[in-house]
Amino acid sequence: MANARPTSGGPATGSAGAEPPLLSVRNLSLDFGSPKGRVHALRDVSLEVPKGRIVGIVGESGCGKSTLASAIIRLLAANAEVVGGSVEFEGQDLMALSERKMRDLRGRRMSMIFQDPMTALNPVRTIEAQMLDIQYREPADEQEKRRRAIAMLDTVGIPDPANRLKAYPHQFSGGMRQRICIAMALLVEPALVLADEPTTALDATLEVQIVNLLKRLQAEMGCSVMFVSHHLGTVAELCDDVVVMYAGEVVESGPVRDIFRNPGHPYTQALLACDPGRIKQKTRELPTIPGEVPNLVSVPHGCIFKSRCREVHDRCEAEVPGVHPVSNERHRAKCHLREPGKAATRAEAKA
Amino acid sequence: MWIYFTRRLFLALAIVAVAVTLLYVMIHAVPGDPASIMLGPRATPELKAELRAKMGLDEPLPIQILGFFGDLLRGDLGTDVFTGREVGQIVFEKVPFTVTLIATSIGWAALIGIPLGCYSAIRRNTIVDKVTGVLSVSTIAIPSFVMAIYALLIFAVWLKVLPAIGAGAGGLLDTLTHLILPAFAVGVSWVGYLARVVRASMLEVLGENHVRMARAFGLPEKRIVFRYALPIAVLPTITLMGVGVAYLLSGAVFAEVVFARPGIGALIVDAVDSRNYPVVMGCVVVTTTLFVAATTLADLINALLDPRAREG
Ligand SMILES: Nc1ncnc2c1ncn2[C@@H]1O[C@H](COP(=O)(O)OP(=O)(O)OP(=O)(O)O)[C@@H](O)[C@H]1O
Ligand SMILES: [Mg+2]
Repeated sequence: MANARPTSGGPATGSAGAEPPLLSVRNLSLDFGSPKGRVHALRDVSLEVPKGRIVGIVGESGCGKSTLASAIIRLLAANAEVVGGSVEFEGQDLMALSERKMRDLRGRRMSMIFQDPMTALNPVRTIEAQMLDIQYREPADEQEKRRRAIAMLDTVGIPDPANRLKAYPHQFSGGMRQRICIAMALLVEPALVLADEPTTALDATLEVQIVNLLKRLQAEMGCSVMFVSHHLGTVAELCDDVVVMYAGEVVESGPVRDIFRNPGHPYTQALLACDPGRIKQKTRELPTIPGEVPNLVSVPHGCIFKSRCREVHDRCEAEVPGVHPVSNERHRAKCHLREPGKAATRAEAKA
Repeated sequence: MWIYFTRRLFLALAIVAVAVTLLYVMIHAVPGDPASIMLGPRATPELKAELRAKMGLDEPLPIQILGFFGDLLRGDLGTDVFTGREVGQIVFEKVPFTVTLIATSIGWAALIGIPLGCYSAIRRNTIVDKVTGVLSVSTIAIPSFVMAIYALLIFAVWLKVLPAIGAGAGGLLDTLTHLILPAFAVGVSWVGYLARVVRASMLEVLGENHVRMARAFGLPEKRIVFRYALPIAVLPTITLMGVGVAYLLSGAVFAEVVFARPGIGALIVDAVDSRNYPVVMGCVVVTTTLFVAATTLADLINALLDPRAREG
């Protein structure tokens, strides 16, 4: 168990039943080569996405959310290198898979919604061409594929989809393009959708619509979603489980209700502290916390959050915190204060 | 699309008019009285004045230019004072040779350079890529007249496999064999140039977000390259080739002189030499039109390939 080896492994969202999770990321570490040195963008990241569930990934800009999603689907920048850990998906270790087998999974068993909808679609191909292309594995004829594309565009709320199909991406607004990307990701009926901030280009009302839509489609199709977001409210609304990331590490994870009601890590507490009562509806952006994110080239010793933590104490300086249960076995935080029998430490630190 | 097309056409006409005016002024500013050069140093002043009047050179420059455009609109490029022949006739006799040479040169260069650049981008740092890189840089550095002279020496003089001079006596095969060496000399540096440009833009496009998205759907790499990346990567090449026609025209001048090929290039050289203004101007109008037509064509092809450009 992770408890027995406190320094290894981030908190993992344990699967509820005996059924193995659809996706499990274990101790994943990833570096980017850069002129200033190696950027340790992901360190010892572990999480699980159970079948048919929506797992939210939250954290400030630059904490490695997109990198994590790209690493899972193995579409990383050329300067990226996975230095440790594994990603198990449907019983296969993706990091060990051949490129051919990986390509076979992409767009069939897993799909991705990219963060920037303005550049995600090919500018010289019609929406139709792109939506038919991604169905290239389907045995259906072109007429049938077109019908499916129109139906999916209609579902995500593109008006007059039959005619709009002939249009090019630049003829759509950012919000529309984002919906087209969502439609494309769902069109291939994958087991896992990696959604990298799929609602950032949308205004608040549209966002609610799209989130409800995602939830409905996800329930209908029974797929799992890894939902990356800046918006705590959206995550609270949509997700079953939450993974909180900070500077390339998972600092807390667990069922959404436990995390929002009883946050175990000072970082999560700080995120929620701004307005706990209204988080559910009103907090759209992550609140800002004073202090600076640590340098990922020379990662400091001890706890990664120590420079900004309100409850920092001497142990945090040199000792990497272990992963400890908070509300229950599935809800865990990577903090010295959560170490069983150390509840007193917190009081000491406050005093 | 049609609106774009007509707009582009009017713009092209305007460019031709401005360019021809400028060139008219510049050519007439070249020192040396044409009448003295044509008639020789011992001609009487009366004779010179008569010739100047005949060529319309005694009028003020603006009047000359207006007259020139007036004639042009009626399809009259003037008369060659030496031979008394219509300039239009002289020039259009030569145009097909030059156009053929340029089209063939850029054609074969594109046919080889674009796939080579594309291949180099996909198979980066392989032997093909590195060899292409080195050869590109060296061929770009060599001027086309040097290329022409060496091509002539090697294939026509030493190996004697290809005809050395002229454009052939007619007949397809004869025309083609006479075209090979000049087209090689004029086009060869373009192979490397286009390969470099396509390689660079292909690498850029392959790193773009939409390519990543296509990959995220597991699309076959072949389809990604040919349908998603290459159509975008060739766009700058097409503009470049359109503008490149100007360089090719000057390359053609050398090739035509070296290979003693008939053509606009050879004609211009002779006409400038003898200050035969009507013929010079005739050539200038035609080459300017060729150049503007090429860039316009490139823009139109771009608009066909790139939906974003159509609306601009
Ligand atoms: N190709 C790269 N080379 C070097 N560093 C990179 C590269 N891509 C990302 N990084 C760095 O890795 C870290 C994580 O970036 P990432 O894009 O995953 O963050 P994010 O959580 O998705 O942020 P955002 O919310 O802004 O999208 C950042 O510090 C970033 O600067
Ligand atoms: Mg991101």
